[in-house]
Amino acid sequence: MKKIVRTAARLLYPFAFIYGAYIVLHGHLTPGGGFQGGAVIATGFALMLAAHGPGELSGIFKRAALNICEVAGLLIFVLAGFGGLTHGRAFLFNWLANAGGLFGHSVAHGPNPGDLNTGGLVPLLNIAVGLEVLGALSLIIYYMMTFANHIEEGGPDDAA
Amino acid sequence: MRALISLAIFLLMAGSFLHVALSDELSFGNPSRTEMDDYFIANGQRQTGANNIVAAVLFDYRGIDTLGEASVLFVAVLGVGLVIRRAMAPGSEGDGERGESP
Repeated sequence: MKKIVRTAARLLYPFAFIYGAYIVLHGHLTPGGGFQGGAVIATGFALMLAAHGPGELSGIFKRAALNICEVAGLLIFVLAGFGGLTHGRAFLFNWLANAGGLFGHSVAHGPNPGDLNTGGLVPLLNIAVGLEVLGALSLIIYYMMTFANHIEEGGPDDAA
Repeated sequence: MRALISLAIFLLMAGSFLHVALSDELSFGNPSRTEMDDYFIANGQRQTGANNIVAAVLFDYRGIDTLGEASVLFVAVLGVGLVIRRAMAPGSEGDGERGESP
């Protein structure tokens, strides 16, 4: 696409990433969460993919990186769920909440200023779902744009 | 005639579904059972440590539900990748089958 669009996309996509990461990481304190934040991050990927074309980007915009994001998200979710079994409780038991460690601070009942290091499994699963959603939505856009470019270049019948 | 019959069937089904919603059995804005809401509001912050009760319900009380949603998204990507990769691959089975059928 035109140089103006490419430059604007390259300037704007970090803001989409930062805002999406904020929505994911604060999912247990403010409205939002993994699905919504992952979708916001995926708009940044969509912006870059639309401006540059899926084949011409490198780094985190490669298909392999998005694949890793997607698989890692689901793996973290399932492994965090199995952590509950090691504590003698059910699958997906919130074994990190109020434990004092990672995301383990207790929270008072009622309105309070909020503490990022609370929630136990909730922020961890938010991050996992955020990774999964940003990988999945970006991959779908990636596949469809690759296919659209392929048709523009002559269609699947003429490729052989 | 066919249009009349299909319209009658549509009206019958729409009426039977809307009857429940429009009758006084379900009052809008006043859920009849609030025990579970009260439980989440009373115990959510203490049990999960999350200020956002919606997030607590989504990722703690209903965690397996969210796992299912994430799996659905995973399978959706698998499906899109399968369909589009098959259509794009040069000289693939899809092209061959299309070439054989007249």
